[in-house]
Amino acid sequence: MIAVYLTLALPLAGALWLGAFGHRRSAGWVNVAVSGATFGASAAVAADVLRGGPLLSGGRMFYIDAFNVYLVALTAFVGFTTAIFSRPYMVHEVEAGRVNARRMRLYHSMYQGFLFTMLLALSTNNLGILWVAMEGATLATVLLVSLYRTPESVEAAWKYFILCGVGIAQALFGTVLLYFAAARVIHARDEALLWTSLHAAAPGLEPAVVGLAFVFLLVGYGTKVGLVPLHNWLPDAHSEGPTPMSAILSGLLLNVALYAVVRVKMIVDPALGTPLAGRLMMGFGMLSFLVAVLFLHRQRDIKRLYSYSSIEHMGLMTFAFGVGGPLATFGALLHMTVHSLTKSSIFVTAGHAAHIAGTQRIEQIRGLIRTQPAVGWGLLLGTAAIAGFPPFGVFTSEFLVLSATMKAWPWLTPLLLIGLGVAFGGLFRHLHPMVYGERPDSQSAVAANMLPVAVQLALVLWLGLAIPGFLAHWFDQATHLIAGATLLGGGS
Amino acid sequence: MNALQGLDLTRQLILLLAALVLFSSFAMLAQSRLVGLVRVFAWQGVLLAVTTGLVAYASGHTHLYASAVLTFFLKGLLIPWILHRMVLRLGLESARESDAYRTPVQLAGAGLVVFSYYVALPVVQLSALFTRNTIAVSLAVVLLGMLLMISRHKAVSQVVGFMSIENGLFFAAVVATYGMPMVVELGVAFDVLVAAILFGVVFLQIRASIDTLDVDRLNRLSESEP
Amino acid sequence: MADHLTSWVLALVQTALFVAGAPLLAGWLKRVKCRLQNRRGPRLTQPYRDLLRLFRKELLLPEGSSWVFRAAPYVIFGAIVLAAAVVPLIALRLPTSAIADVIVLVGFFALARFFLALAGMDVGTAFGGMGASREMTVASLAEPALLMAVFTLAMSAGTTDLSVAIQRILSSGLVIRPSFVFALLGLLLVAVAETGRIPVDNPATHLELTMIHEAMVLEYSGRHLALMEWAAQIKFMIYAALIANIFLPWGIAVGFGFGALALGAAAVAVKLALLAALLAVSETLLAKMRLFAAPQFLGFAYLLCLLGMLSHVILEVGG
Repeated sequence: MIAVYLTLALPLAGALWLGAFGHRRSAGWVNVAVSGATFGASAAVAADVLRGGPLLSGGRMFYIDAFNVYLVALTAFVGFTTAIFSRPYMVHEVEAGRVNARRMRLYHSMYQGFLFTMLLALSTNNLGILWVAMEGATLATVLLVSLYRTPESVEAAWKYFILCGVGIAQALFGTVLLYFAAARVIHARDEALLWTSLHAAAPGLEPAVVGLAFVFLLVGYGTKVGLVPLHNWLPDAHSEGPTPMSAILSGLLLNVALYAVVRVKMIVDPALGTPLAGRLMMGFGMLSFLVAVLFLHRQRDIKRLYSYSSIEHMGLMTFAFGVGGPLATFGALLHMTVHSLTKSSIFVTAGHAAHIAGTQRIEQIRGLIRTQPAVGWGLLLGTAAIAGFPPFGVFTSEFLVLSATMKAWPWLTPLLLIGLGVAFGGLFRHLHPMVYGERPDSQSAVAANMLPVAVQLALVLWLGLAIPGFLAHWFDQATHLIAGATLLGGGS
Repeated sequence: MNALQGLDLTRQLILLLAALVLFSSFAMLAQSRLVGLVRVFAWQGVLLAVTTGLVAYASGHTHLYASAVLTFFLKGLLIPWILHRMVLRLGLESARESDAYRTPVQLAGAGLVVFSYYVALPVVQLSALFTRNTIAVSLAVVLLGMLLMISRHKAVSQVVGFMSIENGLFFAAVVATYGMPMVVELGVAFDVLVAAILFGVVFLQIRASIDTLDVDRLNRLSESEP
Repeated sequence: MADHLTSWVLALVQTALFVAGAPLLAGWLKRVKCRLQNRRGPRLTQPYRDLLRLFRKELLLPEGSSWVFRAAPYVIFGAIVLAAAVVPLIALRLPTSAIADVIVLVGFFALARFFLALAGMDVGTAFGGMGASREMTVASLAEPALLMAVFTLAMSAGTTDLSVAIQRILSSGLVIRPSFVFALLGLLLVAVAETGRIPVDNPATHLELTMIHEAMVLEYSGRHLALMEWAAQIKFMIYAALIANIFLPWGIAVGFGFGALALGAAAVAVKLALLAALLAVSETLLAKMRLFAAPQFLGFAYLLCLLGMLSHVILEVGG
């Protein structure tokens, strides 16, 4: 249990420390160290849960089971690798005069603050606190989006703030409704919002109220997932903020928001006794997937391009969780992991590419492989992975989702296939000239630490070739929690 | 004559105050001066606090007193004060929103009230609390806050709408379930306070970057850029 | 049978009270207003003298006026007096209000207004037409609000019969109804607009840019004008009595005993006096608004009445 508290306390302490001293030159290292320690603590939590089953803290404030523990570990890991990337990247930004020392303090402090809210949202057992943490994540990142103070970045911050704020307000209303339904069954007031209590009492909850609550919660957290038509903030916030932030937004925030939706769905399904929640998620997921795929083609900014790809993949995961059943759920969980790893490494590489070209505009980024082979290959491989090329892990998870769809909803499979094809075209028509193409004279290589990218892509490759036994077992436990049955028959 | 007669005076008063909270939302829609808008918002916060206090008194849930006091200071005094200072600091004392579409917006607001009534109906039918009928009002306040945000062009007005949504959510928690657990309420209050401060910072940034607070002018980022 | 007869007699007496008392109320209003503005003001009986003077004066008909112009004052006065017969002033359970409910009351008002506008246009002068068009603009916005308030009342009381409705409100004791608060506020605004008071219209002006009611009766003289003015005063009193008796029904006579009737008369006199004084205060404080702002004013009144109805449905019915 101590490891759980440590996982939360470390980033919080880091946020406070960096809030005071984040402008020092050593701050980047402190950021890396704190993130690394957090990852260590989260690994300890994961080991605990894998060995001893779900953890419930004293006072039942925190609850860690197979589902969220792997997200906790993933979040801490991506936070760690992105911190490694962020240190030289932000030094470059300071040298380029885009950020001053005061803003570096803000940046570092909020980086840890954001990690804290993410981990809190994942580990809390209280749906109210989950909401508070999700809103807190918005608050922590708003000023990061506008870090460069350009008119575009300020506009993006404003949109992000307003849209996410309004969206997430709907989720609070849904939470109130859920609390209302729970209070009729659970008599201890303070326990009626605890996920464990709600889950136990779920079959007795009033279906009409719970259904209504789910609609509000889906709209609310769905805004943060980036589901169409509530996705407008996402490309702006991703493209205008500093690149490390794009990486953690795309790799973590979207996941955690989707986690919130799935957690709620786990309560709603037994209460409703109908597949309403799943159908809603399928509808929103499919819509997001298709719309994002079409928008991929008309992007002119490299980070916007990949943020639309994020919307596409989040839509696919939402769809898969909506389909339900062990196969689709397993696929969605795997997809969450590989997308997180791949997308954050892509944003890191795209950040380097933007430094090389001095702009984020796709038509001015050319010949990366000739300028700096590591960055060029990184972008190429990352994009290949995210587009679903075998043998990367994304292919495996997409294959699982497709098979599940084929079984349950055969007529939706062609839509998914066409969508994936169109997305492939959209990504590669932009990627090809950026990676190959003629190298402009003005371009020169930059200091880039491609190690995190290499590690993450290697992990994705590994997951595609062979999912290690303990990881498969782990996913299977989570699948059992969510879908009620295991895929591999591992049991829990 | 109707259900009201069965309630004692405090409970009747709570219903009246709930109606006034709803009215304050409409008053915000009708108010075109920014200073006036912030003032109406402050009144809504005060009404909310008084309602919460009365609900605490009538229901015997003492933790609601704490919520009422918190609401009074946060939404009745502090946040309006922050917003008011922002308006003064940005030199917007005499700024007005345009009056176009005022009446259709109000009618749309009335439509939203009807809509919330139907949405809240299944919840209301299940509830045994005397405040159950005001659940629809709280949802209406949320939706009217959104309407305010959509129909206005000044950043300050949009923030008032945002905060008014929060008011509606708080109200929903009070009347539907006699408030959320204290830890959640404190967390939400903290978020709201931080949001209010951050909004102030973002105002200054918007002002510094585009020299106005008209959010219509925030249009550089769109899918149709060349 | 005797009771039946008494009630009819009482209804007649009550209508007569409306007709006779309206100028007094107008005089009181004017006097309070003058006092508030530090003027001495006319005597309370001044409106009677004015009417008498007008009745004595020669009747002048403008060139080209038709029978509509001549008939209008009588139609209007008649419609308003009939409307007055419906409204309980000092006693309830009137046979007249059983025959004609509150919707008919609104209908009488509409009839009077229709003829007023016709008469305004009949002569063909610019002022008359302008006044008529303005009156109709105001009315088209005020009438829905009025009806909405009436419906709120009717839904709360479960009837459109004013007497019965007031009786039910009276018998349910002191109940705070959000719907009534809104309906009261809305009805006050509607009353202000419908009786041509500040800030919508100014009864004391002949400034061409602003006048509404006065523009339509500009061509009238002698007894025609007297009837028009008198009808306007009665209409004002009807609104005042409606508001006073619906929202503060205490004191009104339920039985036909002498004591109850005396108490009812005294109570309504006090209520009307207070209401008029309130109006005088607001007229002193407020300035007349631009004509273009009138639709917003009435839109607000409509919204209040609508909120009244909605809060009745949402807050008061359930459970």
